[in-house]
Amino acid sequence: MTTIIEVNNVSKSFGGVVANKDISLSVQKGSITGLIGPNGSGKTTMFNSIVGYHPIDSGSIKFEDKEISKMMVPEIARLGLLRTFQQTRIYGEMNCVENMLISQPHRKMSLRDAFNKNTKADYERADQMLEFVGLYEKRFLQSGSLSFGQQKLLEFAMALMNEPTCLLLDEPTAGINPTLINGLIDRLRRANSEFGITLFIIEHNMRVIMNMADHIYCLAHGEMLAEGKPEDIQSDQRVIDAYLGAH
Amino acid sequence: MTIARPIFYLLLVAYIVAAPFLFPDYRTQLATLWLMIIVALTWDMTGGQMGYNSLGNIFFYGTGMYVCAVIGIGIAHPIAEYTNAAGGGIYKFTDTQYFLGVFLGIIGAGVFCSICAVIIGYFTFSLRGPYFAIGTLGVAIAAGELVSNWDWVGGGQGIALPVYPGDLDNGKIFFYAMFAVTGVILFLFLKWMYKTRFGAAINAIRDDEEKAEAMGIHTLRYKLTTWAIAAFFVGVVGGISAYQLIHFEPLETAYQTINLGIFMVVCVLLGGKGTLWGPVIGAIMFQVFKEVTWNYFLGWQWVALGALIVVTVVYFQDGLMGWLKVVKPEWFGIRVEKTDDGSAA
Repeated sequence: MTTIIEVNNVSKSFGGVVANKDISLSVQKGSITGLIGPNGSGKTTMFNSIVGYHPIDSGSIKFEDKEISKMMVPEIARLGLLRTFQQTRIYGEMNCVENMLISQPHRKMSLRDAFNKNTKADYERADQMLEFVGLYEKRFLQSGSLSFGQQKLLEFAMALMNEPTCLLLDEPTAGINPTLINGLIDRLRRANSEFGITLFIIEHNMRVIMNMADHIYCLAHGEMLAEGKPEDIQSDQRVIDAYLGAH
Repeated sequence: MTIARPIFYLLLVAYIVAAPFLFPDYRTQLATLWLMIIVALTWDMTGGQMGYNSLGNIFFYGTGMYVCAVIGIGIAHPIAEYTNAAGGGIYKFTDTQYFLGVFLGIIGAGVFCSICAVIIGYFTFSLRGPYFAIGTLGVAIAAGELVSNWDWVGGGQGIALPVYPGDLDNGKIFFYAMFAVTGVILFLFLKWMYKTRFGAAINAIRDDEEKAEAMGIHTLRYKLTTWAIAAFFVGVVGGISAYQLIHFEPLETAYQTINLGIFMVVCVLLGGKGTLWGPVIGAIMFQVFKEVTWNYFLGWQWVALGALIVVTVVYFQDGLMGWLKVVKPEWFGIRVEKTDDGSAA
């Protein structure tokens, strides 16, 4: 297996708050990797650093052996490294199909291409992806009127539409009806196995992440606390202490 | 609906062609109406469709006037000498020189304004919301002041252009036709553009620019392109206006930030931001209101206009189309998720 994301000794502070301190991690191509940790442990900051949302203080971040720590958000996204947001972000005034069509990969699109209308194939792909996440029946509804869980599914479908090589998901199951979670796990797995998308997931739901991930990193207080296979992490005393507040 | 639509457009075109002959006394007002429609439509490209409220689009109007004048005069006479004469000398233009000047002038004005938009946009598009509005307003005001101190283009006196050769009534029809053709081209272009991926992308920038960036959309490229297209058309109508008005000066006519610069925003707000027809309808409403108050409430016209602006901005921000969207969402193909109590979630 080759490494797709390689983070080396990355630190990031906001004023006096050290959000990430000397963090190193790597995500293998084609894997599902988890990132866990108590609230405020620096998981989202790590994600933001990777996708270029803010500059890092020190260290290096590589995506497919290319240094990306100095690049801007859209450039990184065009490389095929995409993220979804913890607070779901969709274009609320458009319907689901329009949301999907906008999410087509613009990395292959020249300015001239952009001045074309969407092709039949684009519409079909949008419908397929909406079918995949189970929103096909609701595809002509204004997306802002969907429930929070459905909006999350839509955001996931939009990310898939973009044909990323690697997808960073910030708490994909948060706010989703527990009865739908199994369906979502199944879809995430299929996105990984069928579409070959590498997944890097922040998740608070332990059942979900332990079920899915091949490898897990655990952060606490902005530092790397532990890493390993799900079963190792589950039994790691430091992780348990961090979650229960023994620190 | 299928048959009604072509008939509607056919009648519209017939009316556009016939209007200056049906109302021969109002030719200038009708031409001004087209000007309003065009600046409103172009303002809406960034303000309504892309979420960037520019107060500086008037910069392109003024710059278009000057570029067009400089080209139009320049092909026949040395400019410094011409402007220095300030109307005192006699400079003759042949018919060919006149029409060639108009034609080359408005094209040149459009192209030059597009280039300006790319350069100014490169620096100002990092500003968001009200900061972008103020930043672009600053550019327009500064440009007016700079040009009014630039003697080569006539300084504070402005430039007097040659008068339309031939019958002046025909001249009015000529300028009406210039504005109308530009307006129809712009409308058809936008009607098509808003349906392309590009149109969808600028809507995405309006709705959530951060998300658009995170999805890899070339946000800066699309923003600059949109503004450059808008600037092209504003520059073109600036050029036409220059020849229509014959004489213009920098602060009150060309870079008229407090008049046309604000009117175009009010037109769009009245009609409804982010829609194709909104700016057109808004411009018509505004122009009618303006002409009526100027005729029947002289002395109070600015008060009435100010009241209209205040009421629009405070109570009627979504405009006519925005209001219709709420009342009749099905007309716009908007469907929302129904919850059990029947209201939107």
